[in-house]
Amino acid sequence: MGETVFKKTGMLTDAPLHYCPGCTHGIIHRLVAESIEELGAQDIAIGVAPVGCAAFAYDYFNCDMLAASHGRAPAVATGVKRVRPDNLVFSYQGDGDCASIGTAEIVHAAARGENITCIFVNNAIYGMTGGQMAPTSLVGQITTTSPYGRNPETQGHPVNVSEMLAQLDGPYYIERTSVHNVPNINKTKKAIKKALQYQLDGKGFSLIEVLSTCPTNWGMSPADALNWLEENMIRQFPLGVTKEGKS
Amino acid sequence: MAKVLMKGSEAIAEAALQAGCKAFFGYPITPQNQIPEYMSKRMPQIEGCSFIQAESEVAAINMVYGAAGAGARVMTSSSSPGVSLKQEGISYIACAELPCLVVNVMRSGPGLGGILPSQGDYFQAAKGGGHGDYHMIVLAPSSVQEAADMVMDGFDLADRYRTPVMILADGMIGQMMEPVEIRPRETKDLPEKTWAATGWDGHSRDRAIVTSLYISPESMTETSDRMKARYREIEEKEVQVQEYMTEDADYIIAAFGTIGRIARKAANEARAQGLKVGVIRPKTVWPFPYKTFEEAAKRVKGFLTVEMNHGQMLEDVKIGVAGQAPVEFLGTVGGNVPDTRAIVEAIRKMEAGSNG
Repeated sequence: MGETVFKKTGMLTDAPLHYCPGCTHGIIHRLVAESIEELGAQDIAIGVAPVGCAAFAYDYFNCDMLAASHGRAPAVATGVKRVRPDNLVFSYQGDGDCASIGTAEIVHAAARGENITCIFVNNAIYGMTGGQMAPTSLVGQITTTSPYGRNPETQGHPVNVSEMLAQLDGPYYIERTSVHNVPNINKTKKAIKKALQYQLDGKGFSLIEVLSTCPTNWGMSPADALNWLEENMIRQFPLGVTKEGKS
Repeated sequence: MAKVLMKGSEAIAEAALQAGCKAFFGYPITPQNQIPEYMSKRMPQIEGCSFIQAESEVAAINMVYGAAGAGARVMTSSSSPGVSLKQEGISYIACAELPCLVVNVMRSGPGLGGILPSQGDYFQAAKGGGHGDYHMIVLAPSSVQEAADMVMDGFDLADRYRTPVMILADGMIGQMMEPVEIRPRETKDLPEKTWAATGWDGHSRDRAIVTSLYISPESMTETSDRMKARYREIEEKEVQVQEYMTEDADYIIAAFGTIGRIARKAANEARAQGLKVGVIRPKTVWPFPYKTFEEAAKRVKGFLTVEMNHGQMLEDVKIGVAGQAPVEFLGTVGGNVPDTRAIVEAIRKMEAGSNG
């Protein structure tokens, strides 16, 4: 018998992922799931899924789950946490959900310092609905609703969620990471695990913004998409901690 | 607890606490601010209770979704424009089959409207309100005491049928002071919330998934049919209606909420003038007491529906009466309240018409 060198985390179900080939949601799911398992928190974890590509996240995370309406995951997670303060409560949102329709909910959950962990996956586009411009789309980025490239004169500028939330006194820990290569995947795992640990320690609100790819709607191969992320997205969305500890 | 003098809003809040409400999420709007204010004062004094003044009505109803999904008794309250904002969330709560209590202290509208009492949200409350195929149980109190009792009943009904329940009150109920006794009751036979997301040990029950997303036609049909069956059961078992002097009545006033009280007074005045008048007051506006109206219609000369709107419950009265007798309407809007003289006068006209 050979030695087991890698095993899929029990925090993910065996359901086949519906994500497109090359999409990095699968990696991020695994990092969240592994972190929860390693913290021994699987049986107290309650997750909140968004509307968007990760709408079916409740089929994949192997814990009790709620599906929120579009943008409201932080409010739903707040409701859960307030009546079950001893559970580990996390939300998982994309950029349309978190940075556009749900801006008020993420800002105020952060301002209240809710003791929850928010995973914010930023791929600069609306994936589920077919590649429309997102609040995080880059200036000049071509999408189905910015066919001439995002024009800041008429379509505004990208929203930097991590920097915006870091201005508030409420949150405890905000970091932006990426999953475009192995070192950054490892950093992302560390950040997610730390955020969850902070919640277990009662420190308050944390958000990990993870830069992610959308090969399908960017119109690129998975490898080209990873390069595009590294070369273009990180310029607009610098990696690193924007807030840690109390103001 | 002995009778105490309380404002309707405060009685609603205290009754909710004594019914075991663990969380309140709301947003300020007149004329119901005394409910969140009362909760903000009392809830921190009670172990395990949580109060949040949310950033919006939208956030508040989604916090309700979260807390209800995690198995807690939870409520929100608002007034008409705020309740409109909550409709999407209520639709999700209905489809996710979650119990909760929503209080609407109605003000006049549409739009921003005014802050005076109204019954203009009848359609929204009784016919669904948000998108999709659903109902709420809707209880319409006519006194502060009844408001408190309905809050207690409302939580039980919500838990029993896994549905949102609305207290449809008007601004008068919210603001009026009356003697009230908060009467906690022992609730029996409520189903255990085995569906709630509370943390999963992997074996003692199925993994909880609280959702309203059913992407396949089969799963959506199954859920929708299950909801429909529940609604039929509610229609069969949970209709509440109050009849007043209807046995020998020639005319019946149909009214809900506070107007039901004015209708009783009008019936007394009409009887003093020799007109045999009774009152049917639906206490549940959904499920609606169609049968009560259908039966009454066989005996009477006519109905007068009185509402603080342009005629909404009127349509349900007509469905119940089903053409067996004339149904007239008297309504006031803008915060004006129908007075008994106008009601008696309207019935007198009907009588003159039927004799002429």
